[in-house]
Amino acid sequence: MMSKPLSPALIRFFMRRRLTAAVVMLASLMVAPVHAATIFVSNEKDNTVTVIDSTSLQVVKVIPTGQRPRGMVLTPDFKQLIVCIGDDNRLDIIDTEKLEVVGTLPSGPDPELVDIDSKGERIYVANEDDGMVTVLQRSDGKILAEIPVGVEPEGMAVSPDDKITVATSEQTSMAHIIDNSTLEVIANVLVDVRPRVAEFTRDGTHVWVSAEIGGTVSVIDAKTFKTVKKFGFEIPGVRPELIQPMGIRFSQDGKVAFIALSTASRLAVVDAATHEIKSYILTGQRPWHLALDPNGTKLYVVNGLTNDMTVIDVATLKPEKSIPVGRLPWGVMVKP
Amino acid sequence: MSAVMCLTALAGWHCSGAFAAGPVNPAADAPAAPVGEGVKSNNELAAPDVPPAVEAHLLYLGKQYPDPPPLSLLDKVLTDDGVQGARVALKENNMTGRLIGQHHTLEEVRLPADQDIVAKAKSLLASGRRFIIADLEADDLLAVSDLPEAADAIILNARLSDDELRQENCRANVFHLSPSWAMRADALAQYMVWKKWRKWLLISGQGKKDVQYAAAIKRAATKFGNKIVEEKLYAYTAGSRRTDSGHQQIQTQMPLLTQTSTSYDVVFVADPEETFGDYLLYRTYEPRPVVGSHGLTAVGWHRSFEQYAGTQMQNRFERAANRTMTERDYYAWLAVRVFGEAVLRTASNDPAVLKRYMLSKEFEIAGFKGQGMTFRDWDQQLRQPILLSGPRALVSISPQDGFLHQKFQTDTLGVDRPETKCRMNK
Repeated sequence: MMSKPLSPALIRFFMRRRLTAAVVMLASLMVAPVHAATIFVSNEKDNTVTVIDSTSLQVVKVIPTGQRPRGMVLTPDFKQLIVCIGDDNRLDIIDTEKLEVVGTLPSGPDPELVDIDSKGERIYVANEDDGMVTVLQRSDGKILAEIPVGVEPEGMAVSPDDKITVATSEQTSMAHIIDNSTLEVIANVLVDVRPRVAEFTRDGTHVWVSAEIGGTVSVIDAKTFKTVKKFGFEIPGVRPELIQPMGIRFSQDGKVAFIALSTASRLAVVDAATHEIKSYILTGQRPWHLALDPNGTKLYVVNGLTNDMTVIDVATLKPEKSIPVGRLPWGVMVKP
Repeated sequence: MSAVMCLTALAGWHCSGAFAAGPVNPAADAPAAPVGEGVKSNNELAAPDVPPAVEAHLLYLGKQYPDPPPLSLLDKVLTDDGVQGARVALKENNMTGRLIGQHHTLEEVRLPADQDIVAKAKSLLASGRRFIIADLEADDLLAVSDLPEAADAIILNARLSDDELRQENCRANVFHLSPSWAMRADALAQYMVWKKWRKWLLISGQGKKDVQYAAAIKRAATKFGNKIVEEKLYAYTAGSRRTDSGHQQIQTQMPLLTQTSTSYDVVFVADPEETFGDYLLYRTYEPRPVVGSHGLTAVGWHRSFEQYAGTQMQNRFERAANRTMTERDYYAWLAVRVFGEAVLRTASNDPAVLKRYMLSKEFEIAGFKGQGMTFRDWDQQLRQPILLSGPRALVSISPQDGFLHQKFQTDTLGVDRPETKCRMNK
């Protein structure tokens, strides 16, 4: 969607017609940088994925999926979105142009979160109900391995160099490091209670793991698998047990981490090098997962209890807009 | 597999200590399992990936008391209530344990009603058992906890709500996982305040537990500024739950029972001993909701509850036990998980080390309630949110918003530090 700026003459014409306010707004919308990313939000209770255009911030489509869609990942070529369908024990494949489910893949029981390697060949799935990580070949859905980990696996992150995968298990309170060449667990790192999300830093040197009940984030060295730092959060006026770290994303330059704090209804902004908390941003209720716009300027956070998505400006750290989505929004991904 | 341990040790956790200082000697704590009547050893996961450096031997101590059958025919009469939860949690402890060189065993001792559980407990304690999941009635629980052999044991009460056990009769070696009657009554009372259902008709049975719950309801009424407009006793004993024309008598009896001179907003029923509670629904003199032991209930677990990953627990349990998870199953599950968490974080099977950890700020246990749960140091009761559930669906979870506390909002439920009558010698 390309648009040309309005010429000054045209603006003067409109101004003479006393349409100033409306037209200036319209003009500023039309001259805004156009990159038209597509935002996908999974709605756990509605069995749908909401599709939002990043420029208009309008819902363009609601795609029906199987029962209980949660974790999602985009393929490296952005052509497909892979969605965990928890209650139907499968992955739905959404074509990101057609905006419809075009196929399914096996996932093992109760898939919750999923990641894919950088070549787009292998898919790693956390089977929450079954204490396993299922690894499958994307081309034909062949299951390459079912790796036993701890109780209630959830977080799933493939390292940027594809060499390891980190899975977290909620009841076991560990991050399990899987060697992607042997598909075996090579280390187990104990973290605080109920780890949810694992996220590699942009440079791949560390992996951050959020512990929902523990209220902390562990920073684990991706080479030695040693916990180098563990930090928590303190928000005046918010009871500590409500601060439950969940989704983690890094800014495009990798210098800042954004961490959704669930029942605290806030996003923490953390210095990725010093781990110092820089500020908190208000969101809707129970912000769960989040995603960065591919141009790095906006963050999209989905709020489970208020059924909306908060748009946050990365430069000013201000929430700008809230967009209604489906019921119990869970995950969010953005296609450039 | 030692590479695994090494890497884990590098992560800076206690397992390195367990190795460096030499493995804890399991032999000292683990005599040959005594095998007798009602004794079953559960060692099905005895093949860990890493040789265990820490072994913990848990003992499930129960007795098949003549429990009243549930009034509703939809609730099955169970013979394995509680212990099934412990079995599921044992598997979880060992799934985690095999990754870190720890192993748990669960010895199930569940005696028939006519046998002496205290004598049995004494011999098991003498042979080294220290970690007990107690599915016992109050007299037996107190007798076991007062055995000299139990002085340094950790006994987790997974059955009883008796307030007295958290008050005058508290014991330093007993921790309470089940919520007290006071916590349950407070959880409902807060919701009544939120609903502005402030006038209660209290009807209680005459069993021991009925009287205990009724006392807690009266306390909750005062604590949260509600009013009990009238108090009635249902003085009949329970008959057979199966009769061919039973509803006719009940239909005439219940309106009479609930007829009062002053109007009320709700009927608060205290009948945990299952004599008449379910009969009140839809039969009250005034058209009013029923809350308490029946109708809207305050519980730690319910099949209708699936939030905070509760779905996974419900599914896991049903696969293992071929039935739904009861509240007692849940607390037995939680008891085994408390031992699992304490052993995991301390890498020790020393009861003194575990007890210190369980009472420390570092300890918290996850149990699908959306927050870490901890023990109150004044009576060793587990702080926890309480589910308010109707017969078929979850209604709310207490504490309700707006009930404030300077430390833990969950301490608005039950007996808080300033009011405790518990004086234990630690």
